[in-house]
Amino acid sequence: MTLAPSARQSILPERLTNATLASFIRSVPSVDEVGAAERVASLSTRSIKRESKAHALRLAIRMMDLTTLEGMDTPGKVAQMSAKAVHPDPSDPSIPSVAAVCVYPAMVPYARQAVEGSSVRVASVATYFPSGQVDVAQKLAETAAVVEAGADEVDMVISRGAFLAGDYFRVFDEVRAVKEACGESAHLKVILETAELQTLDNVRRASVLAMAAGADFIKTSTGKVSPAATLPVVLVMLEAIRDFGAATGVKVGMKAAGGIRTSKEAIRYLVVLNETLGAEWMSPDWFRFGASSLLNDVLMQIRWLETGRYQSADYFTKD
Amino acid sequence: MTSEVGSRKSDLAIPEIDWSYAPSKESTEIVSLEDRYGLFIDGEFRDPKSGKHFPSVNPATEDQLAEVAEAGPADIDSAVGAARAAFDDGWGTMPGTERAKYIFRLARMIQERSRELAVLETLDGGKPIKESRDVDLPQVAANFFYYAGWADKLEYSFPGLKPEPIGVAGQVIPWNFPLLMLAWKVAPALATGNTVVLKPAETTSLTALAIAEISAEAGLPPGVFNVVTGAGETGAGIVGHPDVDKVAFTGSTAVGKAIQSQLAGSDTRLSLELGGKAAHVIFEDAPIDQAIEGVINGIFFNQGHVCCAGSRLFVQENIHDLFVDKLKTRLATLRVGDPMDKNTDVGAINSRQQLEKINELVESGRSEGAEIYQPACDLPERGFWFVPTLFTGVSQSHRIAQEEIFGPVLSIMSFRTPQEAVEKSNNTPYGLSAGVWTSKGSRILWMADQMKAGVVWANTYNKFDPASPFGGYKESGFGREGGRHGLLNYLKGAH
Repeated sequence: MTLAPSARQSILPERLTNATLASFIRSVPSVDEVGAAERVASLSTRSIKRESKAHALRLAIRMMDLTTLEGMDTPGKVAQMSAKAVHPDPSDPSIPSVAAVCVYPAMVPYARQAVEGSSVRVASVATYFPSGQVDVAQKLAETAAVVEAGADEVDMVISRGAFLAGDYFRVFDEVRAVKEACGESAHLKVILETAELQTLDNVRRASVLAMAAGADFIKTSTGKVSPAATLPVVLVMLEAIRDFGAATGVKVGMKAAGGIRTSKEAIRYLVVLNETLGAEWMSPDWFRFGASSLLNDVLMQIRWLETGRYQSADYFTKD
Repeated sequence: MTSEVGSRKSDLAIPEIDWSYAPSKESTEIVSLEDRYGLFIDGEFRDPKSGKHFPSVNPATEDQLAEVAEAGPADIDSAVGAARAAFDDGWGTMPGTERAKYIFRLARMIQERSRELAVLETLDGGKPIKESRDVDLPQVAANFFYYAGWADKLEYSFPGLKPEPIGVAGQVIPWNFPLLMLAWKVAPALATGNTVVLKPAETTSLTALAIAEISAEAGLPPGVFNVVTGAGETGAGIVGHPDVDKVAFTGSTAVGKAIQSQLAGSDTRLSLELGGKAAHVIFEDAPIDQAIEGVINGIFFNQGHVCCAGSRLFVQENIHDLFVDKLKTRLATLRVGDPMDKNTDVGAINSRQQLEKINELVESGRSEGAEIYQPACDLPERGFWFVPTLFTGVSQSHRIAQEEIFGPVLSIMSFRTPQEAVEKSNNTPYGLSAGVWTSKGSRILWMADQMKAGVVWANTYNKFDPASPFGGYKESGFGREGGRHGLLNYLKGAH
């Protein structure tokens, strides 16, 4: 297969076969797990106080993809969560809306309706989230359907089995095809499901593969496999984004999803982001948190910063 | 960089700002300083017979913190005399289980007061509070705990040797890790039953004096641990004192050589831990981003005031440019400034004298034709500061590739083959430490075998543990500190 030259693919071999792609993937720099863990441990000792903290917390809200991905999701649940996404704290109008709501395909129309008129986007998981164990035609059909239903953003999963089996071409080609199915308007986040890839070497390789294939964002996890987002994984993905940008001139975003529940953790991710990719990425256009329970903890911390008192959890809406 | 999805701007009209961290200063209230300190001799603080004092300044502000006594010959006599009396009086023959109790107590008290000691270490020496708090103090306590555990096991640890203490140990330590070097020296000396006369460096005496106070509170018998402060002359006085049985010195190679000549022909035992010009070797298959962190840690940790600092970087030629670009990017994120700020990565240069030495060597690098890179960096107006610096295009013959700078200055060179990396790495009079980065296990083992250095770190740098011996080849000194080996420095008949 020969690709039309684009900035993203400038780093790939000219003739793409599984063999050439595999040899390219093996040239991706290796990652030392101990070193990566040490780096994030050292960044985790950053002491974020006062105005920096206040700024970080509001930014974290603006970067949030408020998520519900359950078999028991209903239109009512999605409508309630979406209302919270638009006005996270009804008692404080200065609190910004979150970036997006993230739902299953069937819930997209309800989410679309609930956020209409606000800045909140609708993200839908697709490609038979979370396992992605169907053939590519079904994945493309689902993608087209969620875009048609009004999703602004599509969160796809890669075929981890294919990746681990060394079938890089299939992984690449699926991402490329899904990106195409997203059309001009919808923006594609590619979930690597790093807990299933297991090694940081794999995380780095899968990041490069997804970016070269057309990912607007790369995303850690579905939230269905433990551990979801971790700091070392996010560091390695951010480093991959940085190097991809340097090599191709293409800027890719990052979504850390799952397992981030407290403000303190969220701030640690922002520190890692700030010190790896810098101020340019400190925006909801380039970084997202996929979370559900994080929002209330952030609201509680903001209230504490402003009043000096912790409010009871009863004062924050559970939607 | 351009976005391929151009219209994807945030709808919220909130301007993005550069997220700077608000100052997060460690409080200094926990430290109470006297205006003037005496000498700690025979379990008590005494005014120096010399009648002289000198100022100890905070290198980050140039403010005077306190006045410290300058010990003269008569003071050294008293200190050595007190140490001798304490040795004869029972410390030397005390059962190991008993000695251990004192050292364990000391370790616990250091741990309990570690926050105070960390703040004092940073005030007096200029290193970032993050490092004093997270590296130095935990290691200090760990060394005392570790050697306390050896005190009652000596008899079973050296087959064929009846472990006996040497006597009075004169110990002279440097200013880069004032407390840690104290721990490295004092803990094994006490554990083996020696008594100690310690001289801290003249710019960083305060924490040693704090340990003196703690040792008195811990009930350590008077005279077992003495602290005499002063500069080079005081150090020479201790080293040359006829009643000192063992000299342990950490510091510059020049002074080390002078000490060795001074002691030549005497039966005073000597161990030296001197300078270094460590090679840090990066192979093309290294985990690049972690290697960058390793290099940064290797040369900018403690402002490069580290004898094992990885100050010569050898990068395989086919990744040289990429690696240097990444280093430059990373350099820009180092936070240089107020050492008391918990977010500071690089603190103050320890003294004006050291700053001048760094300036002089960096100037030689420029004039000899190496290319300098320094990131934009706001430095405080007062105090002693030096911007983290890279030199590229360095040749083996440049002074900055040969001499120990002991500052935040990295000299970068390239190599083509593993053999060339080994030759260039070993092409130095020093041999304290080295670092190797590669994903290939067999190459790590081969390199470790080839490198003429006391410590070779693989895919990491600056890792320390009380159980791991440390010391140099060639002009980096002799004798090992740390581990079981560290005991040998303080036992009769053992070398």
